[in-house]
Amino acid sequence: LAALAGAVLLAMTPAAARDAGDPYLRPAKAPEPAHNRSTPERVVLGKALFFDPRLSGSDWISCASCHNPALGWSDGLPTGIGDGMKRLKRHTPTIVNIGFATPLMWDGRAPNLEEQALGPIAAGEEMNQDIPGLIKKLSRLEGYVSMFEKAYPGEGITEKSIGKALAAYQRTVLSTESPFDRWRKGDARAVSDSAKRGFDLFTGKANCVKCHEGFNFSDNGFHNIGLKPTGPEPDMGRFGQRKVAIMRGAFKTPTLRDIALTAPYMHNGMYATLEEVVEHYDRGGDVQDNLSPEMKPLDLTAQEKADLVAFMKSLTGRPMQVVVPQLPN
Amino acid sequence: MRRTVILTMLSISVTAAVAAASEHVVGQKNKAFTAKSLRVKVGDTVSFRNDDPFFHNIFSLSEVKSFDLGSFPQGQSRSATFDKPGVIEVECAIHPEMKMTIRVEK
Repeated sequence: LAALAGAVLLAMTPAAARDAGDPYLRPAKAPEPAHNRSTPERVVLGKALFFDPRLSGSDWISCASCHNPALGWSDGLPTGIGDGMKRLKRHTPTIVNIGFATPLMWDGRAPNLEEQALGPIAAGEEMNQDIPGLIKKLSRLEGYVSMFEKAYPGEGITEKSIGKALAAYQRTVLSTESPFDRWRKGDARAVSDSAKRGFDLFTGKANCVKCHEGFNFSDNGFHNIGLKPTGPEPDMGRFGQRKVAIMRGAFKTPTLRDIALTAPYMHNGMYATLEEVVEHYDRGGDVQDNLSPEMKPLDLTAQEKADLVAFMKSLTGRPMQVVVPQLPN
Repeated sequence: MRRTVILTMLSISVTAAVAAASEHVVGQKNKAFTAKSLRVKVGDTVSFRNDDPFFHNIFSLSEVKSFDLGSFPQGQSRSATFDKPGVIEVECAIHPEMKMTIRVEK
């Protein structure tokens, strides 16, 4: 009987042998702070704000200009483009599953989504819109006055209510069921044998899981992975926020969900393909100065590299469909 | 003779001070400290032990006690001795959600 039970467990694949507590499956919704519980009105308002170019000083750049749902909620560029078409120094991160990621930004300078949402609006090199000016702008639009009152009764249009509405919407931007998820739930044919081997490598020999862990494939931590600099000045990353030696050149671990949709990769967008990313890790990084102690040469075979890429691609689902909102007047 | 007495007294005093100091152990498990807060006495040492299968880097930038224990792997420990009273925020640089407070009392 024990042998039969064992055989049944094996036949069920790694997935079905687990229960609903599988750490690799996404929770149904992102956690919300007590002061900003989600309501339909808050999400509708946040969505309008997210797609509204009037949130920028030029009235031309919206949050969605860089976090474009048609491009994996990023922009397809090595590094973003901001006010006055100026090139920014870091890659635009996807906002898929951003409600699970704290702290936020490549250097972790925003402690939560409510505060993060206001940062790029006010940043001179990004949307270049001062917040008092934005409040005046939105307050002149009757549609927004009404929407804010429905979403946050009595609070008015303020810095806080703008941040809360944007956060409420962004918490709804979630990864969908990927082939990997279907495999975890028991469909043995949902992913290729190569992807299955890739998962074993990811959690074993290749050591990826040390940082890319859990259902979102991120430890919400900071690591210097030895990327070559792409600009004249070294980017100190997290060290700008925490003056601790290991944080020099360290950046936030990004999610790998929907990874096939969010090229190019890394905080400076220097790699166009996942194959290049795997080669970087196989070398154990390039710049050894202050390298994370988790980084080591991996000595992967060509097949193993292909398996890792196949696994990562299996983390991409059919993207969440978005209807662009009619903006209030 | 007088010199010998003074040295002996000094030795006793140092021995008493050393005997009074305690060592506390705080683990790091599942990206969390095993204690959210800890009360220690001035002179006590806290040993931070990594029980996770990845590196941690324990530090504090508190005014009362600033330290950086560097990165260390599973099974290893690093220690800090607290020589002034006050409240110290301790964090992991790599995993910023790891936070704890040490209250150092006279």
